[in-house]
Amino acid sequence: MLNLNDIMETITMIQEEDLDIRTITMGISLLDCADTDIDKSCEKVYNKIYSRAKDLVAVGETISKKYGIPIVNKRVAVTPISMLVAVSGGDPVKYAVTLDRVANDIGVNFIGGFSALVHKGFSAGDAELIGAIPRALAVTEHVCSSVNVGSTKAGINMDAVALMGRIVRETAKLTQDRQCIGAAKLVVFCNAPEDNPFMAGAFHGVGEPDCVLNVGVSGPGVVRAALAKASKDATMDEIAELIKKTAFKITRMGQLVGTEAAQMLNVPFGIIDLSLAPTPAIGDSVAYILEEIGLEKCGTHGTTAALAMLNDAVKKGGVMASSSVGGLSGAFIPVSEDAGMIAAARAGALSIEKLEAMTAVCSVGLDMIVIPGDTPATTISAIIADEAAIGMVNSKTTAVRVIPAIGVEEGKELEFGGLLGAGPVMKVRKESSATMISRGGRIPAPIQSLKN
Amino acid sequence: MKAVVTVIGNDMVGILAKVSCALADKNANVIEMTQSVLDGYFAMIVVINIEEMTCTIDELQTYIKSVVEGLEVHVMHENIFNSMHRI
Repeated sequence: MLNLNDIMETITMIQEEDLDIRTITMGISLLDCADTDIDKSCEKVYNKIYSRAKDLVAVGETISKKYGIPIVNKRVAVTPISMLVAVSGGDPVKYAVTLDRVANDIGVNFIGGFSALVHKGFSAGDAELIGAIPRALAVTEHVCSSVNVGSTKAGINMDAVALMGRIVRETAKLTQDRQCIGAAKLVVFCNAPEDNPFMAGAFHGVGEPDCVLNVGVSGPGVVRAALAKASKDATMDEIAELIKKTAFKITRMGQLVGTEAAQMLNVPFGIIDLSLAPTPAIGDSVAYILEEIGLEKCGTHGTTAALAMLNDAVKKGGVMASSSVGGLSGAFIPVSEDAGMIAAARAGALSIEKLEAMTAVCSVGLDMIVIPGDTPATTISAIIADEAAIGMVNSKTTAVRVIPAIGVEEGKELEFGGLLGAGPVMKVRKESSATMISRGGRIPAPIQSLKN
Repeated sequence: MKAVVTVIGNDMVGILAKVSCALADKNANVIEMTQSVLDGYFAMIVVINIEEMTCTIDELQTYIKSVVEGLEVHVMHENIFNSMHRI
């Protein structure tokens, strides 16, 4: 028997509180597309992605209409392209152009997997791919790139960290005329998950099946609204309980959509990613949840504790609602994509140092942060190293997606538009980290990696 | 298979009649209906059987919207409510 209140609650969540399925992402293995001739390899890549994902957008829209729930993004993640480059050689940008073309033809808004995994060292194809990232992101529109530079098991590849500092800068520089957007599509990971449906860090890991459908849910607005209705005297454990219940409902909806989409596309259902992913829409903000809990501004003292509780409660609620949880699963804190974070950064309440502390207790890391255009590559590398260290030691995923605002005057902002939002330039430390970064080598895996 | 139709907005004469006719037009059998008016604000929830319906869920939504202009109309498959509110 359907309950009147339940029906109204669902409709309010969708209509007024921005509840949506953030993304259905099809993971496609390209291992069988490798060919020693790069042009043949590209042709196979195009054909495989097209044949598997051609109905993805249509299926997403059909389900969206059936349940009245928006499915905001339909995306594709592929095997790290460095593995194909290892076989074919040649200019990796050709693969990026192929991915962009097929993304256009099937109608997805992002395609992830222009990636390399170099946490322990570079193998064939890795250095070539990383070197090509700035050009690849400059000449394509839909392609996203990621590089894994560290893991709890392997430590941190400091040569790769040094290299990525330069690559991030160069990527921003080559797209200087378009708000440095290239850097917004490039993520540097530690402990990158192989089944993440969210961009820009999605790729299809080698341990995954040939083709799989992963789902990312959203719903910061719903959580905030639930907290707004709670009594101001509610204790923190009562608040955590409320978040759990809300996360459960959100996740159940994701599970329904994911299984149905996978069935219609005739591919196995992979995972549901339990993330609270904000959008620039007013109200759909993780920062506002923290403020609803009782902070004057996100970024002030207490933010890390509130975020830790939020992140944990989301997981506890979500994990029972789904048969298979994976990906990043936690609260996201991308500055430019979150109206509350943008406001806090503009007001000076939120600093990079505070964000770094927050990344130790929530999913992902320093995300969508605009930094001054004159930030040296070595400083970007040092930011990456700090973040990777947090991930490595805490056995969690961390990432860096910073956008050097090259050619933008101080005090101005970068406007990416759409889901990527806009962000004020945030201050970074002026003191140099160049000597440490120039050492290179590897930070050995921490003692907690020895679990066997 | 069932779907849930909700119609919300300012009260006026004939909403119930128009929505019922629209449902009949599309061969959607009404299983349950609840309706209330509070401070001039109309809210109606209708559970329908869609097995022999002659159009899709979103077509039905567009059709009902066209007969009761200015009101908020949603038609959603029952599974979404069952999965969100039942274990």
